[in-house]
Amino acid sequence: MSSLVGNVALNFSEEQSMLLDVARAFVRDKAPIDRVRAQLETEAGYDQAVWQEMVDLGWTGIALPESVGGSALGFSAVVPVIEALGHGLLGTPLMDTTLAGQLLLRAGGAAQESALAAIAEGEIATVAFLDGADWGADNTGVSLDDQGCLQGSKSFVGSAQVASRFVVVGNQGGEPLLAVVARDALSDDALVANTLIDLTKRSARIDFSGVKPEQVITGEAVVAALRDYRLLGALLAAVEATGAGARCLEVIVDYLKTRKQFGKLIGSYQALKHPTVDIYCAVEDSRSFCYHAASIIEEGGLSADAETACRMAKTSAGDMLVFAGDRAVQFHGGIGFTWDCDSTLFIRRAQWTQQVFGDAIHHRKRLASLLLD
Amino acid sequence: MSESKAALKEFQTEVRAWMKENVPAPPPFLLPLSFLEVGTEQQLDFLREWQHRVWSAGYLGMHWPKEYGGQGADPAYQGVVDRELGAANAPIMFNTIGLGWVGPLLLEMGTEDEKAKYLKAILSGEEIWCQGFSEPDHGSDLGAVQTRAVRDGDEYVINGSKIWTTMGNYADHMILLARTDPTAERKYDGLSFFLSPMKIPGVDAVPIRKVTGEYGFNQVFFTDARIPASTLMLEEGKGWQVAMKTLEYERGVQAGQGTSHWAVSIQIDDLIDDLRGFERDGEPLFQDPSVRDQAVTLIMEAKALALSQRRMRLSGLTSDFPMGLPLSSKYRGTEWARRMKLFGTAMQGASSSLYMGDGDAYRGGFWQRAYFSNFGMTIGGGTTQVQANIIAEHVLGLPK
Repeated sequence: MSSLVGNVALNFSEEQSMLLDVARAFVRDKAPIDRVRAQLETEAGYDQAVWQEMVDLGWTGIALPESVGGSALGFSAVVPVIEALGHGLLGTPLMDTTLAGQLLLRAGGAAQESALAAIAEGEIATVAFLDGADWGADNTGVSLDDQGCLQGSKSFVGSAQVASRFVVVGNQGGEPLLAVVARDALSDDALVANTLIDLTKRSARIDFSGVKPEQVITGEAVVAALRDYRLLGALLAAVEATGAGARCLEVIVDYLKTRKQFGKLIGSYQALKHPTVDIYCAVEDSRSFCYHAASIIEEGGLSADAETACRMAKTSAGDMLVFAGDRAVQFHGGIGFTWDCDSTLFIRRAQWTQQVFGDAIHHRKRLASLLLD
Repeated sequence: MSESKAALKEFQTEVRAWMKENVPAPPPFLLPLSFLEVGTEQQLDFLREWQHRVWSAGYLGMHWPKEYGGQGADPAYQGVVDRELGAANAPIMFNTIGLGWVGPLLLEMGTEDEKAKYLKAILSGEEIWCQGFSEPDHGSDLGAVQTRAVRDGDEYVINGSKIWTTMGNYADHMILLARTDPTAERKYDGLSFFLSPMKIPGVDAVPIRKVTGEYGFNQVFFTDARIPASTLMLEEGKGWQVAMKTLEYERGVQAGQGTSHWAVSIQIDDLIDDLRGFERDGEPLFQDPSVRDQAVTLIMEAKALALSQRRMRLSGLTSDFPMGLPLSSKYRGTEWARRMKLFGTAMQGASSSLYMGDGDAYRGGFWQRAYFSNFGMTIGGGTTQVQANIIAEHVLGLPK
């Protein structure tokens, strides 16, 4: 047995299986690709009615305790839902809201009940994490001044345009803190929307200077919660990418089975066949890593095994989707180069995904420390 | 699984204890890394004796019926033995073609006579089997086999040549794919499958030297060799069907193989531990960022392979492509092993230029030999590229 391979626990619960079926059917019925496309250039990036149905299905409370109106199924039950959304390339605030909920839950415990209850009911929340472009920095540059006001701005805040509540990562006297800020507390010009490479996603730069938070959370729990937040974020990004990769593979395979050139279906050419097999294998690997991670993440702080699993999931899925999206464009030939070809949606999603919560190099560097030192 | 975990655990303890007592010390000569490189009588005798000892102890053919020399137990017991053989770094079970392919094939498709005649001697190591599928002009394209088998009374007369025949020079029997009907409309329908004797007039095995410098392969020439007609399996024209079934065992799609301990097990841990002594830029090898990055990639692949073995049992996670994971395991596993062994070779600095036989070669050139030897895995049993075609066509549904 190999100790470097280590933990290979893998479970797929009844609940996960059920949620996967429900979420896949939901995405198929409510969000076919033309409806996703219709939202690409809208401000919110998603259909409000679809979002409301997701809230009504209880998806914003899956990993929250019953005491705040959640269904207490655990974080692992979020995984199949996000995978299904990824499969549909559906851009919604579910991932950002779920992660904001987890950060508050893990950092603030009971004190955050009202915020968590609001999230469970469908209020959109998001974490303002990045100071700049570096996922590896500690990103606590926003400070809380003596008057109790925040100073500084945050970049790439996901779902910022539609969020009602922000969990701002900052510091006071060098100690990390979380500041909870209501949307109402921000002036209109505080928020500058990004033009993202993936048009199904939304983010913005936000200047929090002079804003008084509703609440400030400090202490040891914040440090631990931020570590978990980074890892859970990496995992959900991987899960979403796995769904997208599986769909991308379907799109490629369909085209290879129908397009003829030189009198033959192009799928009969090994130059196209073999890389497609490699995409398939990479999708399967990503899925294995994601469900392995989901099998071992605890509701408490994440173990070293869970950290390894989350980092491997993100590395695997990030690289996989870049490969799949890139080949999807190429294999579609001239049509693949056009805006209307779905392959462009995947290559753009891939470019967004590979960086979020740290790229493959970021995670492999940390895995090397975990595995080799 | 019908066997309780407690019973298996107890069995494991017993086997582990037995291994501790019985695994022989390494002989003064080099043992082959896998059954594909048994190249000397010395190696053969050593491995045959070891397999016989394991079988005599009741640890081989765990789930083969008792009347054929097996133990009549649940397949899980063979899994336990295989794991313990690996854990104990025990010599390989060399009669792989018999244990892994011919045995399961006969158990599934063979007649009572065939089972009674062949199975026990496969387990005991008394009779060695080889495989006669590939031909000089037809490696991966088995349907094009040209070796002729012509019926003459109670015999078939065989003419032609087989190549890459592992242990062909030592084998007592060959599973032989030959053409009985050259006029058949579909080339596949002209093929028949024989359990051919090897130690008869007209059969000559000529050893072929490999890239590793070792032997193990042969070219086998049939010159008017006469074999009993009773060695035909099923009937004439069914050869392709039987050969495909055999390949399923060879590629590990079907459970229930005789044993999986047919090669020296090389884990990713062996690689990392083994390379720690090397330096780069005057510092330990694994402080180099680029080396670290590559090592992590190899570890991740090892983990992905282990996870996919587990996932095969979770139907909820395999529903998109139900046969995908088993059909891709050879493709993935052998290519990963090749890259790992190449890394083990390349990380030795100038020492990577030395080979077996040089007194200064690191571990006697272990990684260099392992890397070269691994091509037997990525080429044998259908090359990586053929495997990719199979996955593309049978899993993804792409056109031929």
